[in-house]
Amino acid sequence: MTTADTMQLAFTVSVQEADFDIAQLQRSLLAGAAAEGAIATFTGYVRRDNENRQVEGLELEHYPGMTEASISAIIEQAAKRWPLLGACVVHRVGKLVPGDQIVWVGIASAHREAAFSACECIMDFLKTQAPFWKKEQSSGNGHWVEPREIDSTRAARWHEDTAE
Amino acid sequence: MLKVLFFARVREQLGCASVDVAWPETGLDLDALQAQLCREHGDEWREVLAQENMVRAVNQVVVAENRILCDGDEVAFFPPVTGG
Repeated sequence: MTTADTMQLAFTVSVQEADFDIAQLQRSLLAGAAAEGAIATFTGYVRRDNENRQVEGLELEHYPGMTEASISAIIEQAAKRWPLLGACVVHRVGKLVPGDQIVWVGIASAHREAAFSACECIMDFLKTQAPFWKKEQSSGNGHWVEPREIDSTRAARWHEDTAE
Repeated sequence: MLKVLFFARVREQLGCASVDVAWPETGLDLDALQAQLCREHGDEWREVLAQENMVRAVNQVVVAENRILCDGDEVAFFPPVTGG
């Protein structure tokens, strides 16, 4: 292996209560990565309807320290698999209402295949490995959101692909 | 001293976000720590911590099996994650 293969990837991870400006995040990602080619992004918003419940609000709890470390580890894994030029993950915590931005993943790469795949892979692992918990307010009651089977299935696909 | 943290539903069920556990000279593993917490806090904790799907982490890394602990470790109990 040459040193070029193990070049450090510049990436940022932010867990914050404040809202974020997607255009600004994308400009920073582009500037930081000196990226020419492609940026793929994903933005998640708080749903208004979840499993037939009218969502009034969400409260997001996380494990400070482990959250940032686990997202960084997920990005590092993705960077071993695809030639990434830059990565940025922002995830909000605290009280949110339907329509609020909750998560943003931005991936810079020279070509779209790597950017799309890494963005999707990072999002799938974030959902199943990063220590966040959603408490949903509906009909005046709060209840903890249950993990969905589909999220584990989606994350597991990436392991299967690796085994090939 | 061990720091033990609880999150989300587990934190609410126990009515407790964290406890400090004195480090015993004889050492401790994760299962023994859990048993000790249950002994000290009673049946309610026993039931909550024995829940199916309980996730345990040592020093902010999820562990699937029992694990030898060291003085100063941070241990956490939490339900499956639901971020994103």
